[in-house]
Amino acid sequence: MSTTAELLKGAAELFPDEVVTSAHVRHLDLPYGAGRFALITLDNGFDHTKPTTFGPASLANLNTAIDQVEQEAAAGEIVGVGVTGKPFIFAVGADLKGVELLKEHEHALAIGKGGHEVFKRLAALAVPTFAYYNGAAMGGGVEVGLHCSYRTVSKALPAFSLPEVFLGLVPGWGGCTLLPNLIGADKAVTVIVENSLNQNKQLGGQQVFELGIADAIFEGADFLEQSLIWTANVLKGDVEVERPVIDRGEAWDQAVARGRFIADGKVHGAAPAAYRALDIIAAAKNGDLQQGYDAEDVALADLIMGGELRAGIYAFNLVQKRGKRPAGAPDKNLARPVTKVGVVGAGLMASQLALLFLRRLEVPVVLTDIDQERVDKGVGYVHAEIDKLLGKGRINQDKANRLKALVTGVLDKAEGFADADFVIEAVFEEIGVKQQVFAEVEAVAPAHAILATNTSSLSVTEMASKLKNPERVVGFHFFNPVAILPLLEIVRGEATDDASLATAFAVAKKLKKTAVLVKDAPAFVVNRILTRFMGEIQNVIDEGTPVDVAEKAVEPLGLPMSPLVLLELVGPAIGLHVSETLNGAFPDRFKVSPNLKAVVEAGKRGFYVYSAENGFKPELDPEVAALLKQGDVVLTEEQVRARVLDAVAQEIRLMLDEGVVAEAQDIDLCLITGAGWPFHLGGITPYLDREGVSERVNGKKFLEPGVASVPA
Amino acid sequence: MPRTVRDVVFVDGVRTPFGKAGPKGIYHETRADDLVVKAIRELLRRNPGLDPKKVDEVAIAATTQIGDQGLTLGRTAGILAGLPQSVPGYSIDRMCAGALTAVTTTAGSIAFGAYDAVIAGGVEHMGRHPMGEGVDPNPRFVSEKLVDESALFMGMTAENLHDRYPTITKRRADEYAVRSQEKAAKAYANGKIQQDLVPISVRRTAAVDSGSAAGSAGETGWGLVTADEPMRPGTTLENLSGLKTPFRVHGRVTAGNAAGLNDGATASIIASEDFARENDLPVKMRLVSYAFAGVEPEVMGYGPIPATEKALAKAGLSIEDINLFEINEAFAVQVLAFLEHYGIADDDARVNQYGGAIAFGHPLASSGVRLMTQLARQFEEQPHVRYGLTTMCVGFGMGATVIWENPHFDGGNK
Repeated sequence: MSTTAELLKGAAELFPDEVVTSAHVRHLDLPYGAGRFALITLDNGFDHTKPTTFGPASLANLNTAIDQVEQEAAAGEIVGVGVTGKPFIFAVGADLKGVELLKEHEHALAIGKGGHEVFKRLAALAVPTFAYYNGAAMGGGVEVGLHCSYRTVSKALPAFSLPEVFLGLVPGWGGCTLLPNLIGADKAVTVIVENSLNQNKQLGGQQVFELGIADAIFEGADFLEQSLIWTANVLKGDVEVERPVIDRGEAWDQAVARGRFIADGKVHGAAPAAYRALDIIAAAKNGDLQQGYDAEDVALADLIMGGELRAGIYAFNLVQKRGKRPAGAPDKNLARPVTKVGVVGAGLMASQLALLFLRRLEVPVVLTDIDQERVDKGVGYVHAEIDKLLGKGRINQDKANRLKALVTGVLDKAEGFADADFVIEAVFEEIGVKQQVFAEVEAVAPAHAILATNTSSLSVTEMASKLKNPERVVGFHFFNPVAILPLLEIVRGEATDDASLATAFAVAKKLKKTAVLVKDAPAFVVNRILTRFMGEIQNVIDEGTPVDVAEKAVEPLGLPMSPLVLLELVGPAIGLHVSETLNGAFPDRFKVSPNLKAVVEAGKRGFYVYSAENGFKPELDPEVAALLKQGDVVLTEEQVRARVLDAVAQEIRLMLDEGVVAEAQDIDLCLITGAGWPFHLGGITPYLDREGVSERVNGKKFLEPGVASVPA
Repeated sequence: MPRTVRDVVFVDGVRTPFGKAGPKGIYHETRADDLVVKAIRELLRRNPGLDPKKVDEVAIAATTQIGDQGLTLGRTAGILAGLPQSVPGYSIDRMCAGALTAVTTTAGSIAFGAYDAVIAGGVEHMGRHPMGEGVDPNPRFVSEKLVDESALFMGMTAENLHDRYPTITKRRADEYAVRSQEKAAKAYANGKIQQDLVPISVRRTAAVDSGSAAGSAGETGWGLVTADEPMRPGTTLENLSGLKTPFRVHGRVTAGNAAGLNDGATASIIASEDFARENDLPVKMRLVSYAFAGVEPEVMGYGPIPATEKALAKAGLSIEDINLFEINEAFAVQVLAFLEHYGIADDDARVNQYGGAIAFGHPLASSGVRLMTQLARQFEEQPHVRYGLTTMCVGFGMGATVIWENPHFDGGNK
């Protein structure tokens, strides 16, 4: 038994539940008499809904397959070796479940080494090797192919990526080293860093070919046949593979610098993975592969034992799994069909909601408002957005005609809502107004119709309290911009029944939103946490800390934007309104900042001004600066950060104790999908746990060890 | 509006390698539609002169038109093959003569002027769709004795044909079968067959527990098929003499002197001669005439004789004018009956020069185009021949014959 086999056997014992991938070796005669060929098929025995992955036992299977073809190659029995996947899937990389289980640095190191040892053998065979990227290829799947002499790719391949940096790892089975040596550092930075940090952007087959990762591209219908014919031609010398010469000069360093600029823009130095990957890419300039592999091993092991990766995997699983099966949602069979939607209000938010319902549900959508002009404007907005989609080629003329015909606007609610199954209101945030609107709707809509409110902070229970059928009222809280942020907080009022709630979840699923069940508590989840977070920033500014110190204090978290830039996006008036609501509910923790009030009263849209001379960087608006009345307590960045994080940890604990959501996981899912908080924080509770904030404030962690951290 | 009948030509034809039906067969995990789609794609790749937009029809035959052979295969296969959506398609069924009928039906439309160029072919995956799958014969066939009860069982009809031609013994049938295998092996050795085969990737997910030493049949994963699976080169009379006669006790028809149960697909381009010349497409054969004829269903193997009579009469030709024959070998007895009828020797060199279905296999509705593809190659090699024919018997008592002219004909000067 080779040392590689021993290494993998040890690793496999740590991971008894691995879904094991087989590496089938089958022999075939290449066309044109090009000779006997061994084709390795990677296949975990399931259909495409369970993609092929590599855990230690899977790597051991590939190792055994290579034992066989190595002998055959050495004996001259075969002229080449190919690697391909089961239908629709090539291989999607390391099995993350196995990575989560690792507790020791040395075991993590073994995973990196194990992959390298096996994959390297492909490159060392006595015959040329070919990877046929037939379907989805990610991470270690991509890397298996990079170790081969040649690659082909299917035009039908939908997803190809090195997503490691996105999760908090580096492409550590040769990716960081081989890819820049194959296609140059700049393109490698695009694939490894830029795409990963751009919400894990996937490449299609055509792009894989154009980047030079694959040497040939064939259509999906007979991809493998054409790949094997091409292989025969390459082996016979009838096709010569030409690859551009890699620029190993200045361009290489510039590419790495570009990568660092991208990483800084996205994670602000707060997550190490991108930087570790860039270090390896930088070092790969000298073409020394083994040196690169060794560096990959170390980087992988360090990152696997670090909190950012664990938080990243946790966040990934929240979005992929919990986001699709909302905790606490009632039986989906209780849901009623929704064949017509009413929208009360025809303002911008209401129009955006109308567009979303229209596109996803493709049922009639009726807008109402208080005068014809507003109604026309709302319908006009929807029509204009449909035309934009048509112009971009996202929908065809038939679909545009269909959607436009489905949206109407009327003044008379009775006419609009008499046969609606779901009516959502997006009128002024004032409880009396909302109660009035629901009373009017109830008078004309069918008894089964769901009455949904897009309120961001008012009580759903109170809103329903004066209705005959309060059980059909649900909160349906979207996040701006509605088309982009996936989160939908679904609020259960005290009277809301299971059928109404199930219908709300069913609609959310059709809207392709990430639904989270929330108790009817002030400002629900995201706004409550963000308001506490920004409130604490505002507090320290009010007390005397300079604005720039307060802003910089939270930079190490790597949030998508600074607190005051976020306030600008939300709108200071709305921010103030939510803080007033929360102040009413929890006056000891939520203050209404006099400075914020002054800014709003002055009609300011934000704290900053932007100018071309200064590269559109935010600068404190001198008019705002003049409004600020600050105290004399000046804190350091560290002190501010501690204040803010302590406040957030306290608030989340209180929310969990109140039962606002089922678990801390839901809080994190909300922050990731509703506020764009990053994977490397795992939302926020994994970060608060690993930084010791949770224990400092609440005396305990939010999550069990191993959930989003290295297991005990 | 004045109409001119136009000459119709066979431009090109390809096929998948044929496989053995059943769990050990190469195509056990391959869809039927994928087979014909890959044949169509190869045909288009080989003929870049044919702008896919100019294909006027895709006519695909299958006997059992359900599952992956259903859904109006000609239409769906066209879309799956990447033809423009503007290209229409339909399905055809005349059992064994399906692909042949796809050719003649579209050829008639080309002559009429409805089409310029078409794709015509057929597929049969007898592993996924065994003969008789889902059939529901009308009880009147039996109650009113419309047909003999043996009519639905092709092997029994072959035994009945032996009865009609008492001089065609089992030994003669076996000798014919041995020659078919020999000729096929020779054609392979000379590279005659492979040039029109489309390589097919095949997947096997579970090893087959096979007692036979069937080479790589047990290996799992993806493989590539580049040759016909059913061939049995080296078959001897002794091998055949001991085989069972499953259709009749002490009968004559065996698995050795009949075509097997097979999977495979074929596709061809048929065009008006003017269109082919204008678009620099090859002209491999020129259609002279075609005919179909019905016979008693219980001796369906007799069908090629009256069909050929009709086709010759329409062409104004006699059997002496035909110098190359591609006769489908559903059963050796059915070929021998044809030869005996016309007084042609069992081993006449003009008949099935590359061997036939006994060696290659007979995936029912696909076989007609295989005959044409082989005849086209023979025309190319033998410019002294002017006329040839492709003929086959058809289930439920029919025969089908197409007479072709060799465009390479040199006037007979060898």
